[in-house]
Amino acid sequence: MSEAATTSRRRWMLFAPLGVAAGCGVGFYAMLNGMRSGSFDPRGVPSMLLGRAPPDFALPALEGIDRPALAASDLRGLGRPVVVNFWASWCVPCIVEHPQLMRLARQGVPVFGVNYKDQLPGAQAFLARHGNPFQRLGVDAPGRVAIDWGVYGVPETYFLDKEGLVRWRWAGPITPEVLDQDLMPLLRRYA
Amino acid sequence: MIRALVILLALATPALAAVGNPEDRLRDAGQEARAQAIGRELRCLVCQNQSIEDSDAAVAADLRRIVRERVVAGDPDTRIIAFVHDRYGDFVLLRPPVNAATALLWATPALALLGGIFAIRSMRRRVAATPEPAPLTEAERLRLAQWDETPRA
Repeated sequence: MSEAATTSRRRWMLFAPLGVAAGCGVGFYAMLNGMRSGSFDPRGVPSMLLGRAPPDFALPALEGIDRPALAASDLRGLGRPVVVNFWASWCVPCIVEHPQLMRLARQGVPVFGVNYKDQLPGAQAFLARHGNPFQRLGVDAPGRVAIDWGVYGVPETYFLDKEGLVRWRWAGPITPEVLDQDLMPLLRRYA
Repeated sequence: MIRALVILLALATPALAAVGNPEDRLRDAGQEARAQAIGRELRCLVCQNQSIEDSDAAVAADLRRIVRERVVAGDPDTRIIAFVHDRYGDFVLLRPPVNAATALLWATPALALLGGIFAIRSMRRRVAATPEPAPLTEAERLRLAQWDETPRA
């Protein structure tokens, strides 16, 4: 090996760790950036229902609330998008998101509710106090239908297109930002 | 002191193993052991670094119950895991499956081994390629001999 080749190789080896460190830095920055913008969430559980119809189910109505029950057949052939929301009266973020559901309902968007692992009096009192945005309301006391949907906590919200296929899932409360930046554009796109 | 610690640890272990409601455990010890083995493969979606057997989250308790129902019903392990996998995706598996997204993860040990072999081989080759130094000339040998004979202080 010639002298010049050895020297250039040595110089290259001197800069290699710097290059590796720079590469790691760029990757780490991209990851942090993705976490901040929401495009990358290491803790997010991606929904298996995206692009598919929800599983078959039939839930009873909520007693004392004048709304029909909810079954899988109610989500098919509506001819318009629908929002399905899993909630419970014991769930604090559900209170946070409730005004946004009320807003959707006032705009005429069908919002269907699944009351998850709740007590009847609690659920009734919650709707009496915060308003009832739901056109249909099913009760999933054992939480089994929720597991079939892949729900892992309340609140969780699904957006279904005209054909009844799930296009979007949000785990956590629908804040005004989520409503304006995610749900509203979806409603326009799939209208 | 150490013996006391060991005894304390031994006492604490059964308490750790018994997360959740004891009434949910199966009477048949063999079936319960199978259910626990399956549960340890499944990741809790709420406390994400724990298996559903270790977690106290409500969803984990529900999944434990589902696993036990299916064990009692006689489902094979693979079908029970597939039931949960169908609903929650790869995320729920503590042992990640081999697919395009995890290929690099699974290939890392082999890649590290190959890299090590390559590094060792190139190092050896460089040692072998280093030429023998030229033999000493007569003049150099004389000078060396001279120094050798110089008495040391």
